[in-house]
Amino acid sequence: MMIAVGSGGRGDARRAASSYRRREKYLWFVLPAVVVIVAVIVFPWIFTVFMSLHDWQVASPRTWVGLDNYANLLSDERFRAAIGRTFIYTLLAVVFPVVIGTAAAILFHREFPLRGFLRSIYILPMVATPVAIALVWTMMFHPQLGVLNYLLTRVGLPPSLWVYSPQTVIPSLVLVETWQWTPLVMLIVLGGLATLPIEPLESAVVDGASAWQILRDITLPLILPFIMVAVVLRTIDALKAFDTIFTITQGGPGTASETINIYLYLQAFSFFRIGHASAVVMVFFVIIVACSLSLLVLRQRMRWT
Amino acid sequence: MSDHRRTGYSRRDVLRGGAAAIASSSLVLSPSARSAALAQGTPAATSADFDWKRYEGESIDILLAVSPRADLLVEYQPEFEELTGITANTDVVPEQQQRQKQVIEFTSGNPSFDVTAVSWHVQKGLFGKGGFLLDLREFLNDPEMTAPDYDFADFSQAAITFATQPDGRIDTVPYNIDYWILYWNKELFEQKNVAFPETFDEMVAAAQALNDPDNGVFGFVARGLKNANVPVWTCFMQGWDAQPIDDQGQLHTTEDAAVAAAELYQELLANYAPPGVSGFNWNECQTTFGQGTAAMWFDGIGFATPLENPAQSTVVGKVGYGLQPAGPVAQHSGTFGDGLGISAGSDKHGPAYMYLQWATNKQNQARILAAGAGAPARNSAYSDPEALASLTVPQEWVDTLIASGEIGLPSLPQIVPVTEFRDIFGIALTNMITGGDPQQELEAATEEFRPILEQSLAT
Repeated sequence: MMIAVGSGGRGDARRAASSYRRREKYLWFVLPAVVVIVAVIVFPWIFTVFMSLHDWQVASPRTWVGLDNYANLLSDERFRAAIGRTFIYTLLAVVFPVVIGTAAAILFHREFPLRGFLRSIYILPMVATPVAIALVWTMMFHPQLGVLNYLLTRVGLPPSLWVYSPQTVIPSLVLVETWQWTPLVMLIVLGGLATLPIEPLESAVVDGASAWQILRDITLPLILPFIMVAVVLRTIDALKAFDTIFTITQGGPGTASETINIYLYLQAFSFFRIGHASAVVMVFFVIIVACSLSLLVLRQRMRWT
Repeated sequence: MSDHRRTGYSRRDVLRGGAAAIASSSLVLSPSARSAALAQGTPAATSADFDWKRYEGESIDILLAVSPRADLLVEYQPEFEELTGITANTDVVPEQQQRQKQVIEFTSGNPSFDVTAVSWHVQKGLFGKGGFLLDLREFLNDPEMTAPDYDFADFSQAAITFATQPDGRIDTVPYNIDYWILYWNKELFEQKNVAFPETFDEMVAAAQALNDPDNGVFGFVARGLKNANVPVWTCFMQGWDAQPIDDQGQLHTTEDAAVAAAELYQELLANYAPPGVSGFNWNECQTTFGQGTAAMWFDGIGFATPLENPAQSTVVGKVGYGLQPAGPVAQHSGTFGDGLGISAGSDKHGPAYMYLQWATNKQNQARILAAGAGAPARNSAYSDPEALASLTVPQEWVDTLIASGEIGLPSLPQIVPVTEFRDIFGIALTNMITGGDPQQELEAATEEFRPILEQSLAT
C-alpha cells in the first residue's frame, strides 16, 4: 500500500477515487428518499402537465388538444377575476399578519410578568385545525345568530354582513387568516429579535435616542431579514389559502371570494373537467414560484453585509 | 312479516308464463312501466324458498351521505347482518365529499365501496354516462336473487321513472323522494292574522305583512348560496309550467317564465329575507326558521325532523307544512330523489344486492316515514299503520307529503353537467339578491352555460 504524501498526482487521484466509491455507497442511502420524491412530487407534476394538454372530462374519453386549455384560460373571465381576487386576498393576508406579528414580537421581547404564559396563549390559534377554526368562525359570522354581530350591537355599532356580502367577504376571511397566522410571524420575528446584538441598542440609549428612534433606526432594520422570511412564508401560504375560504364561503357569495385555488377545486372536483383544471394548476404553480423567487431575491438584497 | 304464498303451478310454468307476459308488455309500455313490468314479471315462489343466507360470511362496503336516512340504515344494520350473515361496513360521509369520493373512485375503475347512495338530481346523468353502476334489471327479474315479497311495483311511478336511465337501464333502487314544500310558522301567521298563501302572489304579500326586522322576524327565507339556490328558482319556474332545459336539450332560461321566476326570487330574498341570505344553504335556513326568525321557509320536506326536536328548535308544535304555492299557470312540487346502487366495478354484486333489497324493503321505508327522515319511495309506506302510529312529526307533514307526490315534477334538468348548471345560474341568482338585473344576469349565465351544455350533448 502506498501512502499518499504531499500534493498532486497519484495522491489526489487516489483520494478522488476513494471519495467516488464513497459517493456510490451514499447513493444507496439516498435512494428511498428519491423514490418517494419522484412518486409523490415529480410524477404527479409530470402527469398534471400531461393532463393539461388534453381535453379530459370524467366519463368521457380524453382527446389531445395541445395548448388549447391554456389559450382558453386567457379569455376565461372567471379565471382572470379569480387571479385578481387571489392577489388582493394575498396582499391583505400578508400585510396584516406581518405588521401585527412584528408588533407582537417586539412586545413579547420585553420582560414583563406572565410573559411565558401569555406567549403560549398567543400561539394557540396557529396550532388549531384550520377547518375547525373555519367552522367556528362561520358560526360567529352568522348575521342574526352569531356572536360577532351581538358584540357589535352591544358597543353601538351596526351589525355587519361579514362573509355574507360580496363587499365584506374578503376582509372577513382575511380577519380569520390573520387571527390564525399572526402567531407564526410573531415566532419568526421573535427568534430574530433574540439573536440581535445588544451593543448597538446600548450605545443608542447612551447617545440619548428615544424608544421610537431605537425601534425605527436600529431594531427594525436589523430584523428585516427575519420579517422577509415571514413575508415569503406568508405569501406562499396566502396564495394557496384554501381551507378557510372553502369551509366558510365556498367562494361565495356568488364568486366574491373565489380565488384561483377555489376555482381550481371547483373545476376539478365539482365539474370534473380534469384537463382544464390541470392547466389552471400549472398556471397557478408558475405564479407561486414567480412570487416566491422574487421575494427571495428581494430578501437577498436586504441582507446586512 | 312476509306472507307465504303457495301457487298450484310448478316454478317452470310460472317462469314461462312470466316470460310471455314480459315479451308482450315490453312492446307497448314506456321504458319505466316496462321496467316495472319486468321486475314484476316473475310471480312469487314461496318466500320460504328464498335464501337470504346464500352469501353468508361475505362482507360488503357501503358509502352513504350524512342524512337522517343514513342514520336509520346504520341503526338497523344489525338486522341486515342477522338476516343475511353478511358483514356490512358503512361509511357515512358529508354529502359534498361523498359525491367527490364516488366520482374519483368510479373513474379509477376500482371503487372501495360496493353499495352507494346516488342523488338522482345531481348524479344520474354522469353515472349513467360513465356506466359506473350495475344494471339491476337482471337481479330484479331473478327469483333466486329477489325475495318474493320485495314488490318492486310498490315504488311510486315517479320514483321508478327517476331511477330509470334514458336507455331503460335501472341502475339504482329508489330510496328517498324529496318534495319541496312551504314551511310556515303558524304562530307568526296568527299574530298578524295572515292566511297560508296558496299562490306566489299571496306568498309575497304574506312575506311583506310578516316582515318585521326591528323585532327580529323576517317574512321569508330560502337558499341564497350559489349552486344550492338553483332549485328555489326552478321550483318557482314550475308555477309557470316551465323548465330551464327541456328534454331535447333546449335552454329556456331567458324566456318570460324564467325571468318572472327570477324576479320572484329576487323580490323575496332581497326584501323579506334575513340579511346575509346570499350565503345561506339549507342548514342556515333551517336554523333561521327553527329559531323563529323567519315566517316562511321554502325547501325540501326531508328537513323537518330537527324542527320538531325540542333540543334544536324553538318552534316545535308551531310548524305548518304547506304545499308549494301555485304560480299563474300551474302548481307543482319540485321533486328530487336518491337511490341506492351497486358499483359496476365491485366483485360482490350478489351480497351488495341483498343489502339493497333489505335497505329498500317495506319495513325500512316505513321507518323513514315514522322518523320524518324523508319521503319513502314506496307507496305502501304511507299507509303503514305502525309507521303512522309512531310518527315524530305531525300528521300534516304526511298529508302534505302525499299531496305533493300527486303534483310532483322533477325540478332540475337531468343532464350530465348539472353541477355546472347549478353553479353558473346559482351565481346569477346570488347576484340578483344584491341588486343584479334578473334579465341581464340570466342572459349572461345562459351564454356562459350554452357551450358547456352543447359539448355535453355532443359527446
